[in-house]
Amino acid sequence: MDHTSEVSALKMVGITKRFPGVLANDQINFEVKAGEVHGLLGENGAGKTTLMKILYGLHQPDEGEIHLNGEKVKILSPRAAADLGIGMVHQHFMLVENLTALENVVLGLPAAHPPLLDLEPARLRFKELTREYDLRLDPSTPVWQLPVGDQQWLEILKLLFRDARLVILDEPTAVLAPKQAKQLFQTVRRLAAEGRAIVFISHKLEEMKEVAERVTVLRDGHVVGTVDPKVAKPSELAQMMVGRDVFLSRRERKTYPEKRDLLVIEGLSCLNDRKLPALNNLNLTVKSGEIVGVAGVDGNGQRELAECISGLRQFTSGSILINGIPVDGVVKDNSLLGYVPEDRHKTGLVLNFTVEENLFLKTFAKFPYTKRGFIQWREIRKKAEAIIREFEIRTPGSSVTTYHLSGGNQQKVVVARELSSDPALMLTSQPTRGLDLGAVESVHKMLLSVRNRGGAVLFISTELPEVMALSDRIIVMFKGQIMGDLVAEDADVNRIGELMLGHQEAMKTIP
Amino acid sequence: MDLNSINEFLAAAIRMSAPLMIVGAGALFTERTGVFNIGLEGTMLVGCMAAVYFSLQTGNLWLATLGAMFVGGLFGLVHAFLTITRRADQIVAGAAINLFALGITNLLNGPLYAGYEYRPRVTLYPVIAPEALQNLPILGPILFAQPVIVYFAFIIPILATWILYRTTWGLAIRAVGDHPHAVATAGLSVYALKYIGVITSGVFAGLGGAALTLADLGLFAPGMTNGRGFAVLAAFVVGKWNPILVAAACILFGSADALQLRAQTIQLAIPYQVFVMLPYLLTIAALAGLVGRTVGPKTVGKPYDPESI
Repeated sequence: MDHTSEVSALKMVGITKRFPGVLANDQINFEVKAGEVHGLLGENGAGKTTLMKILYGLHQPDEGEIHLNGEKVKILSPRAAADLGIGMVHQHFMLVENLTALENVVLGLPAAHPPLLDLEPARLRFKELTREYDLRLDPSTPVWQLPVGDQQWLEILKLLFRDARLVILDEPTAVLAPKQAKQLFQTVRRLAAEGRAIVFISHKLEEMKEVAERVTVLRDGHVVGTVDPKVAKPSELAQMMVGRDVFLSRRERKTYPEKRDLLVIEGLSCLNDRKLPALNNLNLTVKSGEIVGVAGVDGNGQRELAECISGLRQFTSGSILINGIPVDGVVKDNSLLGYVPEDRHKTGLVLNFTVEENLFLKTFAKFPYTKRGFIQWREIRKKAEAIIREFEIRTPGSSVTTYHLSGGNQQKVVVARELSSDPALMLTSQPTRGLDLGAVESVHKMLLSVRNRGGAVLFISTELPEVMALSDRIIVMFKGQIMGDLVAEDADVNRIGELMLGHQEAMKTIP
Repeated sequence: MDLNSINEFLAAAIRMSAPLMIVGAGALFTERTGVFNIGLEGTMLVGCMAAVYFSLQTGNLWLATLGAMFVGGLFGLVHAFLTITRRADQIVAGAAINLFALGITNLLNGPLYAGYEYRPRVTLYPVIAPEALQNLPILGPILFAQPVIVYFAFIIPILATWILYRTTWGLAIRAVGDHPHAVATAGLSVYALKYIGVITSGVFAGLGGAALTLADLGLFAPGMTNGRGFAVLAAFVVGKWNPILVAAACILFGSADALQLRAQTIQLAIPYQVFVMLPYLLTIAALAGLVGRTVGPKTVGKPYDPESI
């Protein structure tokens, strides 16, 4: 059959979706053929999941059209999507833990003898399908007893039961060990060979090479391009994924002569939320007057590293010293650690509090802001206004609710709070995500000021150009380890890109 | 205690367990869909009054029963609207329903019996077993000298169990309290399931009220449920959300109630208040993990937001 003349199994045209304050999808065109595995690549927040939720009827697009097999459709609910032959394996599994594997599969399916729940025909089909696809799943096991890998297979089995023709897999390898991932890729290719159209969402470049025929890259809600992953260079893909439209130029800095070890991490290991190893015997030292940028594809242990240092995650072995003091649990001493977390809305700020309340969230109980048990609002306001001026936070006043500030100014409130206690180590995670260039500039200046007065900055970002612009040293993380350690002046995008993919050859300076 | 009073106690224990078991079977559905309904206490109280009202109006026992169920269902609908559609806090909504029910029944207590010189006793549920069986020693009073609603009280939990575990609808109900988004992505309506669950609990709380008034009292008294609706919620903890164990816990609580009534009339070394406390002491023990781990449906108490997937 001539594939080129075929109608696309799926065609999404000009899809736009806005959430309050965010343009999640911006005029996205996306197309998948029957029998094709089409990769959807992009960083977290690039709009992949939103696009797929629109396809699955969980969100309605503000603009744009969806065509299935050449016919225009409106998908108003997951039920409508299922009826159209669309199946999705969500990043967070849609499995009911207290039900058995089989009960989960038949949930929502038409019964043989309604309203009776006759599981026997389904049990036969279950066994048939597990045999056919070589899956080891017992229909009677309650889901909470299944390891996550098996839960993933159960999700795929649900799709097979419904004979989905368009299959969406949202970050399916996030929960799998490498060997399990290999089996998944095989199955995915087989599903495609059966004539199904597959959308494979991931932010891991190497997976795309292995499983997808075409890859569409999303960034900041729009399509950067569609490429053949077997032809495209990894560095090219990486650049499509993370590059900003305006490349940041390297920030000017003075050399800082006095070198003391402010952060010393030795042999650090920890588990992620799924109880899989996230950090593996990691060693890292950050000195005074130094900005160390942490580069890497999202999900290689950066978040866990930040959480270990800030005391939000327990580590299984190793040690962390900040300015010579061991970290064990949340760091209460503000002069030791300033932390700008990844999600300013959830963990950085109390959005319903005013700017001044947020600025003094850590220090309000200390003299002179509290005297004899009473909060001294006048002191707080005076100091808050000074901070607002110093850091150019744009707000109508210090008693305005933080919720009403722009994202950039909200972030400045967080950074200013952490800086105001003059910490030895400043730890930041994606501090400029979602900010416009002006705000990026301000945040960078604030971080440089820590370095220039002799503090240490550990700066985690998936934005490679930003890491290169700001850092004195760059480390690249891959699978919970440090893949490379480079002086920022010598680093170039291609080399870091290779390291991000785990190609250690690119690191010739490491013995 | 002699044999006779033991017989009497056992018969009373079964009779007093009946309303609890009925309310408990209905509450299973609201709890399983992930909605707390502490308003069952008040709903039951309103059911008590509605049963008497409809009996006085129609003179028909079965219309009175249906009336109580209908009014209970309405209260369930209100709770469903507040907690599911408006996503109100389930405890606050339930507490509001309880206080409202207490107020409205106190208010209507006078008008209910307006025009009567003394409070008439309305028709009671009949005892249907033949006389000969009722007079059997021991078994007679316990099994056969019981009003017909008691038999319903034993059938309803079995029926509820069957629905939960042997029908497709029951499967959906069991799933929705644990993972509503999974149910939604399977193409079922989470809202419909939750509404049905909460309304069912209201209907059976109404029936439980009818069972309380029309089994042996025949009249309404303000505040007469006296914590029985809360006892049912406690039975869920003790019975670990398993329908049969919940029914067993209801019998245990009903028996404790019968025992304290007995203890008030005969001289016992133990003050009767001890027996009033007993069910709740057991509940505290269960919550403290002394009788094994107690886990309710995962999302119970949390409003469902379809967008938050």
